Amino acid sequence: MPAPGTAVPGIGYHVEVSGLRITAPRPDSGEAVIVHDVSFAIPRGGVLALIGESGSGKTTIALSLMGHARPGLRIAGGTVRVGGTDVLSLDAAGLSALRGARVAYIAQSAAAAFNPSRAIMDQVVEAAVLHGLMSRAEAEAKAVALFRSLALPDPESIGRRYPHQLSGGQLQRLMAAMALVTGPELVILDEPTTALDVTTQVEVLHAFKRAVREQGATAVYVSHDLAVVAQMADRILVLNQGRVREQGPASQVLKAPADDYTRTLVDAARPAARPAAPAAADRAALLEVRGLTAGYGRVGADGMPAVPILRDVSLSLRRGGTLGVIGESGSGKSTLARVIAGLVRPSGGQVLFDGAPLPPGLEGRAKDQFRRIQLVFQNADTALNPAHTVAGVLGRPLGFYHGLDRAARERRVRELLDLTRLPAAVAGRRCGELSGGQKQRVNLARALAAGPDLLLCDEVTSALDTVVGAAILELMAELRRELGLAYLFISHDISTVRATCDEVLVLYGGTVVEAGGRDAFRRAPFHPYTDLLVGSVPELEPGWLERRRAGAPVPSLPGPPGAGLCRFLPRCPVRLAGTCDRVPPPRRRLSAGNETLCHHDEDTLMRLQATRAEAAC
Amino acid sequence: MTDAAAPLARTGAPLAWARSLPLTGKLGLALVLLWLAVAALGPALAPHAVGAFVSPEVFARPGAAHWLGTDYLGRDVLSRLLSGARYTVGLALAAALLASGTGTALALLAAVGGRWLDEGLSRLMDTLISIPSKIFALVLVAAFGSSLPLLLLVAAVTYVPGAYRIARSMAVGLYQMDYVQVARARGEGRLYVARAEILPNMVGPLLADFGLRFVFIVLLLSGLSFLGLGVQPPDADLGSLVRENISGLPEGASAILAPALAIASLTVGANLLIDAVSGKGRR
Ligand SMILES: Nc1ncnc2c1ncn2[C@@H]1O[C@H](COP(=O)(O)OP(=O)(O)OP(=O)(O)O)[C@@H](O)[C@H]1O
Ligand code: SF4
Ligand SMILES: [Mg+2]
Repeated sequence: MPAPGTAVPGIGYHVEVSGLRITAPRPDSGEAVIVHDVSFAIPRGGVLALIGESGSGKTTIALSLMGHARPGLRIAGGTVRVGGTDVLSLDAAGLSALRGARVAYIAQSAAAAFNPSRAIMDQVVEAAVLHGLMSRAEAEAKAVALFRSLALPDPESIGRRYPHQLSGGQLQRLMAAMALVTGPELVILDEPTTALDVTTQVEVLHAFKRAVREQGATAVYVSHDLAVVAQMADRILVLNQGRVREQGPASQVLKAPADDYTRTLVDAARPAARPAAPAAADRAALLEVRGLTAGYGRVGADGMPAVPILRDVSLSLRRGGTLGVIGESGSGKSTLARVIAGLVRPSGGQVLFDGAPLPPGLEGRAKDQFRRIQLVFQNADTALNPAHTVAGVLGRPLGFYHGLDRAARERRVRELLDLTRLPAAVAGRRCGELSGGQKQRVNLARALAAGPDLLLCDEVTSALDTVVGAAILELMAELRRELGLAYLFISHDISTVRATCDEVLVLYGGTVVEAGGRDAFRRAPFHPYTDLLVGSVPELEPGWLERRRAGAPVPSLPGPPGAGLCRFLPRCPVRLAGTCDRVPPPRRRLSAGNETLCHHDEDTLMRLQATRAEAAC
Repeated sequence: MTDAAAPLARTGAPLAWARSLPLTGKLGLALVLLWLAVAALGPALAPHAVGAFVSPEVFARPGAAHWLGTDYLGRDVLSRLLSGARYTVGLALAAALLASGTGTALALLAAVGGRWLDEGLSRLMDTLISIPSKIFALVLVAAFGSSLPLLLLVAAVTYVPGAYRIARSMAVGLYQMDYVQVARARGEGRLYVARAEILPNMVGPLLADFGLRFVFIVLLLSGLSFLGLGVQPPDADLGSLVRENISGLPEGASAILAPALAIASLTVGANLLIDAVSGKGRR
């Protein structure tokens, strides 16, 4: 049977867009064209993915399917037909009816879509009842059925909860329920999982796919992540600067891209492994962390802070090496970087830098210690002071650490811009006036200006597009070769970490659950949490999602584990009743050189993970 | 709001900035500039000496000889108004600068100085703010007698806590920003962090707040003068002009209307300007 998306042209399509042109009128005559002459068609029940970098016009096109143009934009030409209706010729009442009942939109951030002071159910059924499509009781029954098919916990009663009582992934699924309850014929999903952790993303993707299919709806899936798109779409349309670069069946676009730009995207989605640093002659640790405990809030009588985050974390990073730290949101990755930088005072343990203990807070650190450890934050938007110019931002560490005079500073600023592949002209610009990728380069250049030995990089590419992010990673690898820098590389993305780092450390709930060389993270056995992480990264291959879900999910235990017990216990699919919930897990060294914190020994882990792998095939 | 003030500082093109204001903002700006000019040049422009008795007629109507008529002693109202404005505008400006400057400095100190300093300062300000300003002023003036430095001090002290609160909430918010954390992790001193990283991002809202305090202080000083506790004769600010001519009220003498209108136009003008500037930033 041919996949629904491969219908032959000429047969009645459900959604047809032709010659769509969207412009931004400029006050000073002329207008900028945002979307150039885009055409596509989707058969009933098909899923089309719009893919491209940020600014490529994905969301703009998706919104036009509902007849909507964002403020400042104008739909200047073309037609959009949904199920025979000419959307662009509808009046306000017609559009409102279309959006309420026939076309649904699921946005990136669910948290923003819910009113925090109203119960979930009221918000989910509101549109259906308001548009008079069904009675309240019918709508609620439909909603509960959707909650169930979206695999939400307690489908009967979850509607009585409030948004703050739910996690990001749950809210995202509830938003899908809100969109699907009216039984729309077209569903637009705009980066619906971008803000989620990988482990959550898999669940949500799966739930979306099933719910959309059960409804028999046509779907448009907007994303910048090719691997995610590969799981969701029948057809892919590649956009760049408002133009269609390529469109075709998903497997063809992914396996045999015809367009150069698509090829760049596909390459960027598969980070090439960089060669490990040459085993330096001096293996002495540059940074060593021993038994670190840290958190936020007042430190109690027992020496523990009110909100403990890191527990007994140890690591070691040699000169010129790269250590990747991965873990999900809230696992304490940023906290670890902050403790090393001195911004958060540890409540126990020690940080050694170049053999000497670092003072726990900022006070008492020598200027040279400050200089040698530099922090690069995730979000360059907030890491650069909007009131300063690029030259000012880069000049400060030069003057502060190296006492350079004005002329020498200017010269060095030019060198730094050159080193980070930025045009010299940006020096006079204010930081707010740069693009995301440029900001991140300035952010890096500022750290380099100090002449550091160690960079603490907190999710430096997470806020960037795949292509721009890949360029930054490339730059970092080059700098490391040229300047002999060591990186503590924080990320939530295990494939980036595996590709860029020599050593990897996995944090879960503030404890190190696994640590070792990167090769140990390519093959089982892993710690059960690492296994979950590794298995949750979507692969660039259609059908991966279905295969990976072959194993049924384990019900999670309520509440946090008791003191000293394995932090992963509530979610662990292979926990041992009677052991894991009684005895703290031991650290074991496995034959690949990695260390795990788990009751299972190497052979058992191997067996468990092998059977899962087989079941998957 | 930062954006609203930015063009002024950034491009050095005040004209373009003024042109970008909405109509009410332009009106406000014109009124404020007019009163600043009067404060600067007023006595030089005055046709008569402040205290000179120039007419045998009291509460004369406006005419060719005396554009705004004469007051209850037969003095030239225009001349008295022109020199009275200097006291009101000058004193209020100085007091507002003192209040906003002190408030901002203390707020920055609280933001970068650690928890104890922050707690201490904030409690102190809470105490100050709970004293009713008029009563506080009355007590001090009654105790020490009225003088210009005392009025300045009273007005400033009254409005420091308000300025502090606003500035502190901004500074504490900015202190959490990543760029401030980066500066701290670089080993920068607290003063540098406050001055170079935090302060520049507060300027816009601070200017709006400054304007508001200026208006409050004009009203406070005028009120005090009206009660006879402000600027003392033979000098007179706008408030004392209203007071001394109160007996002309039944006949609607220009001697009382003119200074009252002056106070109104100054405060309304400043308010319009602030609204326009901060409203522009919000959009
Ligand atoms: N100043 C603070 N006060 C109290 N709790 C905090 C503070 N900063 C962070 N936390 C909490 O500490 C925990 C760990 O935060 P951290 O920022 O280290 O996580 P992370 O692993 O970097 O997550 P992400 O991937 O989302 O950046 C979170 O639960 C967070 O809510
Ligand atoms: S110790 Fe037990 S609960 Fe923890 S990861 Fe291992 S098997 Fe799972
Ligand atoms: Mg983080």
